[in-house]
Amino acid sequence: MTRGEAYSELMKSLQSGRFTYTGELEPLKTTSLHEVLEGAKNLKGHVVAANVTDNPTAFAYMTPLIPCYFIQKEVGLEAVYQLTTRDRNRLAIVSDLLGAGALGIRNVLALTGDHVAVGDNPQAKPVFDLDSATLVYLLRKMVDEGVDLNGGKIQDPPKFNVGVAANPNADPLEPEVFKIDRKIRLGADFIQTQAVYDVEVARRFLKETSNIKAPILIGIAPFRSIGMMEYMTKFVPGIVVPEEMQQRLRKAREKGGKDAIYQENVEIFGDFIKEVKKTTSAAGIHIMAIGFEWIVPKILEYAGT
Amino acid sequence: MIILKEKPLNEVLDYLSEGKRVLIIGCNGCAGIYQVGGEKQATMMAKLLEMAGKLRGKNWELMPTTVLRQCDGQIVATTLRPIIDGYDTILSLACGVGVQTLVEAFSEKVVVPGNDTVFLGAQDRELGMFYERCRACGDCILYETGGICPVTRCAKGLLNGPCGGMSKGKCEVGGWKKDCAWVLIFNRLRQLKKMDSFTVFRPPRDFRVSQPPRELGAIAEEVKK
Repeated sequence: MTRGEAYSELMKSLQSGRFTYTGELEPLKTTSLHEVLEGAKNLKGHVVAANVTDNPTAFAYMTPLIPCYFIQKEVGLEAVYQLTTRDRNRLAIVSDLLGAGALGIRNVLALTGDHVAVGDNPQAKPVFDLDSATLVYLLRKMVDEGVDLNGGKIQDPPKFNVGVAANPNADPLEPEVFKIDRKIRLGADFIQTQAVYDVEVARRFLKETSNIKAPILIGIAPFRSIGMMEYMTKFVPGIVVPEEMQQRLRKAREKGGKDAIYQENVEIFGDFIKEVKKTTSAAGIHIMAIGFEWIVPKILEYAGT
Repeated sequence: MIILKEKPLNEVLDYLSEGKRVLIIGCNGCAGIYQVGGEKQATMMAKLLEMAGKLRGKNWELMPTTVLRQCDGQIVATTLRPIIDGYDTILSLACGVGVQTLVEAFSEKVVVPGNDTVFLGAQDRELGMFYERCRACGDCILYETGGICPVTRCAKGLLNGPCGGMSKGKCEVGGWKKDCAWVLIFNRLRQLKKMDSFTVFRPPRDFRVSQPPRELGAIAEEVKK
């Protein structure tokens, strides 16, 4: 068993105890890598690694494998390959993971994936042959034992560190905590959470998961616009944006338009990071600034990192 | 029970466009019990088709009848054999199993469905609602899940739930109206003091037991050997 081994820069950073930042990139419905690579350049040097999403909210986009490879090769930014069980059975998952290994990918975030019902192809047949827990189980077998689910031997097994997601906004929270614990017991190395907007929510979540021995990166998702904020609060389940935060952003727009919203984001999320870093046991922050990754360095500068 | 839903009449009329003498066959099993495809509905369907046929300029012979259970080949054959020769087309008001049993018994006839077969479910008489409760997966784990089936009642069929698509105990699929099966299971197992059954890891399912078309019985066992 080689559990606990760090194969990636991300895992090395987490094991060193340094407060660690990760970013996120979203390939869209396109064959162009331009935007993803530009986003990666904006994140490079400010985060240790960047997640590349796998058909997020069940929208059919470019496979993350390709951008994962190119951001590592052309930008020098380590990738966290997000992989959901929604669109692939265990055969396709093994073959994609072998491909990921061949491409030099070192981090995999094991996700169940949003149901196709909420995506842009709701008529599709959802797969869910595996789930996030059984995907972690498969990943450990591949990495530690060099075999697939049926014990089929893998030549040159891949070296991945395995991440899982968690939802601090889950209500009820208790079954979610048990679920995270199960994924860690199965051998996941680190946890990245869904977006949190209230430090108290993060604090409560970290307290409830204090027995779980794995580094937790608290997720934040700055608001690109008031429209996005309203969408998140109305339609994304469990997301609670404190009224005060909403007021600050609305006022900023009235006063100074888009630029003022960006500046307000920098202050709000910079302060959020400061607070989490100073007063909680979180291992780091996962920043999801999709489509405006350039704001990440500004937020981090404000946070004084 | 097998839950059925009436097909739109226009669709049924299209299926029957070639028919001249149509035998409408109800089923007194699930379809009859739930009053979607029993004796009454067969009679009603004959009347509706007669009227609709007139509007479409069709002059056909329509005869309603009902069998005890359309899924039983012997019952179907013995009940219908005496009358079947007078008809070229059969409209079955049973489930998809009934339709196919009729096809196998009377292969020379055109057999069409009058209902959609939707799921295996339970009925709430007061609300007039039917709820899917079993997917006949062939690998029952209800003992471990407090009597609540995640294969059926979790939209993703997860065995290690809940997932991130749960909020306030409700599921993202269908707009936060349906209960998250894994929250129901969690509450039930806590009540039963069987949390071990919740925290346990369930490895990937063996889907061979669900592989259609499935067969059961002595001959199937012999074939397997």
